[in-house]
Order: sequence, then structure tokens, then C-alpha cells
Amino acid sequence: MTEIFDILRGNPEDSDYKKKGVIVQGITGAYGSLHARNMMAYGTNIVAGVTPGKGGQKFDDKVPIYNTVNEAVDATGAKISIIYVPAKFFLGAAKDALESGIKLLVAIPEHVPVRDTLEIIGIAKQKGAIIIGPNTPGIMIPDLIKVGIMPPMPFKEGKIAVLSKSGTLLYEISDALTRAGFGQSITIGIGGDPVNGTRLVDAFDMVKDLPDMEGLVIVGEIGGDSEEILAQRIIDIGFKKPAVAYIAGRAAPKEKRMGHAGAIVMGTYGSAESKISMFNKANIPVAKRPAEVPVLLAGKMEKSD
Amino acid sequence: MQLLEFQAKELFREYGINLLPSISSTSIEEGRIHAKKLGYPFVIKIQVPVGGRGKAGGIQKCHNDDEFELKYPQVFGLTIKGEKARAILLEKMADIKKELYLSIFLNRSKRCYTIIASAEGGVEIESVKNQIIKEIGMGDVSDELAQEVVKEMGLEGRTADDFVDTLKKLSKLTIEKEAELVEINPLAIMQDGSLMALDGKFVTDDNSNFRHPEMDKYQEKTEIEERAEKSGFSLVELDGDIAVVGNGAGLVMSTLDMLADNGGKPACFLDVGGGATTESVYEALTLISKMKRVKGILVNLYGGIVKTTVVAEAFLKAYEDNLIDLPVFSRLKGTESEKAKEMLKDSRTKIFDSIEEAINAAVMEIKN
Repeated sequence: MTEIFDILRGNPEDSDYKKKGVIVQGITGAYGSLHARNMMAYGTNIVAGVTPGKGGQKFDDKVPIYNTVNEAVDATGAKISIIYVPAKFFLGAAKDALESGIKLLVAIPEHVPVRDTLEIIGIAKQKGAIIIGPNTPGIMIPDLIKVGIMPPMPFKEGKIAVLSKSGTLLYEISDALTRAGFGQSITIGIGGDPVNGTRLVDAFDMVKDLPDMEGLVIVGEIGGDSEEILAQRIIDIGFKKPAVAYIAGRAAPKEKRMGHAGAIVMGTYGSAESKISMFNKANIPVAKRPAEVPVLLAGKMEKSD
Repeated sequence: MQLLEFQAKELFREYGINLLPSISSTSIEEGRIHAKKLGYPFVIKIQVPVGGRGKAGGIQKCHNDDEFELKYPQVFGLTIKGEKARAILLEKMADIKKELYLSIFLNRSKRCYTIIASAEGGVEIESVKNQIIKEIGMGDVSDELAQEVVKEMGLEGRTADDFVDTLKKLSKLTIEKEAELVEINPLAIMQDGSLMALDGKFVTDDNSNFRHPEMDKYQEKTEIEERAEKSGFSLVELDGDIAVVGNGAGLVMSTLDMLADNGGKPACFLDVGGGATTESVYEALTLISKMKRVKGILVNLYGGIVKTTVVAEAFLKAYEDNLIDLPVFSRLKGTESEKAKEMLKDSRTKIFDSIEEAINAAVMEIKN
């Protein structure tokens, strides 16, 4: 069992097996409260909220609110926190979480300055914590736990791991997979920023040894070289399970940021061609349309039988 | 945002990096006055936020009034990679011994700042040979590290001292202004051994803008871009005739790709962000109505929680208000889609079950 599953699901001997506690930072904000309710409706065990100045109150009459993550952790022992604060308050909120012993920090905000992300990654390394994001839809084990903002409908429990830079493409492609009978063992949103707390290759390392994983889907986009690094890793370790990729942004102009801060081609760096050719080298077919992903995956699975 | 050369040089000057005398202008009348002040010979340089200016004829030497009258309007009239001239920079001509390359950039895969230096400058970074690469964490450069780079580059005497000085100033600039890239190419060795930054490239981290009000003056936005930003949209204008709208950067990029694969030409990339509401879709249609080249609109919305009827309302309102008279081809994933289709039955908006069908219809109809 890999670490990420220890944190999100736990082991049968744990008293909180399959109901790991999650703290919501920014729970009283419009965005935070909406998604706190959505996560609870999905079955995620929200044990505490954090909003400075609102300690002692209760969210929806049941979830206790604390002023700091430290107090929330002391009271609940939670190891997972999700941040919904505006980007300019992210650095402070993330430091609070990491210094309080949070081991999995999901960073939802978009527009976090890259220096703040670098600083948080530095602290997370020292503390041995995992950062998902920023600018991520979050992470989930379908039908068990959702720590993020994804709508529930596209996802279903199963055996395909999906790693994605994009939020809506994660939903779109998971939806197509689910319809084709491919449920998901875990989905990880890497985020659309230039620097990610968990890179595609780190996310791959988290899931590659899952015993019951039957396939891998990688949803990349133009910008940076994390897809290339992942493809190289897949070649290096001789990963043999069926894998399929999709890359968005083939038709995007160079030197323009396409919505995500990280989605920009500089010269040849970050181009779709470069990513597609590396995946081809790793023997991973690249779908031309989101709807083609399950078709290619089914083809790979047939071959590997 | 990528600054123009003269803006990058304003920052260089502020940080004490050596520069040749130069003045920017936005009209030939202004340019003539600057030419007198500067004195011949000088170089006329187009100011556009993209590379490849030299190859496109955007940098011209100028030795006298006749050349000036001929070349200033020539250079000012160029369009490079779709970018029109924002200004003209006149810069004193220099007697150069050798060209070096120096940059500090955000290294995305290593997740740190990184120096690239080379004793061979003047060309694009991809073709710079013998690159010296140093990872520098959050961007700070120690004396020891600067000396190490100088040694590896084989610089000596005054040039070595100037290089250490320039590198440390560049590092300070990168950190304090939160740059993603600061590049001097070429960094020229003059006849007396001193160093001069002949060109300057500066890319900001736009997400840090709220900490840098002093950089606001470099922001350059059209009315459409400004309104898009206010609404929390991401907008990139393109030169085709089918506007592409959706929610989520990845989904809109993907729609752009599929449209291009089918022979369609996207007029813009418009990401309305997370959820779609009647107001946000109406505002998106308002922005598109201002783009004259648009002949049709392709909409791809993946709403987990979004009610498609809410989106349909925006289309109906836009027609009713005479905001648009364009055909809309739309794929709306979400609840109440049957009801939405019914609502739009007699309008110019068609709803399709898949994005592929919507694209096919759009390409067919717009071509005719």
C-alpha cells in the first residue's frame, strides 16, 4: 500500500479506517462552505473548519470551527487539510497547516504567486508532507473520499488511476471512462500552475505500485516538461501496465498563456509535439480527443491480456 | 506578462545594470528629436513582446537623417508574429568585442530558480552552446557562486568583475520583482572590457501582480481583455472566425484542438472559469460581439452542477437584446438539457449531445 492510500483511506486496523478526518481551511467563505457541504454529501469525514476569528463557532451546526490549524489538529488528530482561501492568503494558511503536522495538503486556490508555492514546497519537504496543487481540483478515491471541488457524477470506484493537470478535462475524461466501464481507483489533480507541489511524476510514483491498479490515464497539457519527465520515468522503470495519455493545447499559439498560468509554450519548450513524441517513445498512445481515451485504453488492455 | 525591451531596460537601469544610452518613442516626430539628442550612429529597434525581431527586420542600423526617415517608418510598420510595434527604441551603436548570454529563470521541473550563462551569446537560447547551468533555489546568488560561473566562462579582469556585479544585480531584480525570466542576450564585452546589456527580456509572474503596484504601468490591455479579466475569464484572441467558449482551461484548449483538427479556425480562446451562470455566459457573448471577425460561436460547457437551462437563458437574452446575431453551436453537459433544447428550439443556438457533433456543424455552416 502506498503512502497516499495510508493517508486517504488507512488500513483495516485503524480506528478511522475509511473515514479519515479532513480539515477545511476557509470553511466560512462562500466557496469553502459550498464545497465543505459537497464533500460531506459525498461521504468525506469533515472533522473541523478553520477561519481565523471564528473559533468556537460551528459550521452547519455540526462542524467545529477553530482559529488555527494547530488547534484543529490538536482537537481532531486530522492529517489532511484542504485550503479554500484566496490566493493572497494561501502562503499563511499553508504554513499554518504544515507547521501543525498536516501530511496531505490540498491547495485549491488559483493565482498563487510562484514564489509562495516554492516556499511551501520547501517547508513540505522538511516536514515530509504532500502538497496537491495549487490550482488543483483536488484528489479523490471514488465512492470513498473526495478532497476537492470535483462534481461527483463523472467518477466511479474502479481500477484506473487518472492523473490530470486540468480540472474539467479530468471530469470529462473520467466521465468517458466510467461510461465505458472503467471506474477509477484514484484521481489526482496536479494543477495548472507552472510549479506543482506534486508533479506528474510524483503522482505516478504514488500510484505505480498499487496492486489492484489495472491501467493509468495521464491528462496533460502544453507548458513545462512534466509529461516528458513522466514518460522517461515510465521507460526507465519498465512500467508495463496499460497506459494512455491525452494532451491538450496542440492548436494553441506559442508564447501565450492559455488560461492556466503553466500552459504556455516558450520556443519549443512545453510544446504538445514534444510531449506526444515522448509518450510515443514510452509506448503510450496519445488520444486526439477526450472521448478517444477509453477506446485506446480498451485496446491496450486487450493486448496486455 | 512579457515586458518590452525598453521597459525591461528601465528596470535594469533602476538596478544599476550597465546600458548604452537609448530613448523610446511612439511617433517619427518624437523620434526625430531623440535622434538629435542621441547622435548617429544608432540602432532602430522595434518594441514588441515577442522574440525573433532581428530576423524579421525589426532591428536596423542608422547612420544619417536620410536613413532615419526611411527606416523609422519601415520598422514601426512591421508586424512580428502577429504583434504590431508598441514603440521604437533608438539605441546608441556600440563597438563590441564579444557577446555573452546570461539569464535567470524559473525552472519548472526542478522547482527552483536557475542561472544559464554562456560565453557565446547573441542567438536564441535553444541554440546557445556550452551552457553553464546553476540551480539557485529561491534566486539568491552568493559571491562564491558568481565567481564559480565567471571561472567556468573563462572571464578575466574587468570583465570578470563586471559579470559578478551584473549577475548579482540580476538576481536581486528577479527576487524583488518576482520575475519568471530575466534575460540579457547579448551581454556585450566592450573594447575596454566592461559589460553592457544590449537587449533585455523580462517575464513577470502575473499571479504576484497584487504585490507589485509599481509594475502596473507596464500592463497593456485592450478593452476586451480588461473586461474579461474583471469577470475572471481567461481570454486569448486568435485570428480565425469561430469563437471558442468553455469552462476550464484544459477543456477550452481541447475544444480548440478538435476544431482545428476539423478544419475550423478559432477566433479566440475564452475560459469563463469554474461554474457557468446566465450572467457569465452573457458577458462572454458580449465580449465576442465586439470581435468583428467572428462568424459563429462554439460553446463547450462541462457543468457538473451547472443547469443547462441557466446557460440557455443567456443565449436567449443575447438574441433578444440584439447583442449577437451569430449562430451558436453548443454542447452543454449538465442537468435539464432536454428543457434547455426546448427553450432554444426556434433560436439560432443549436444544442448537440457531443462536442464532435457541435464542431462538425459549426465548421460546415461557417464555411458556407
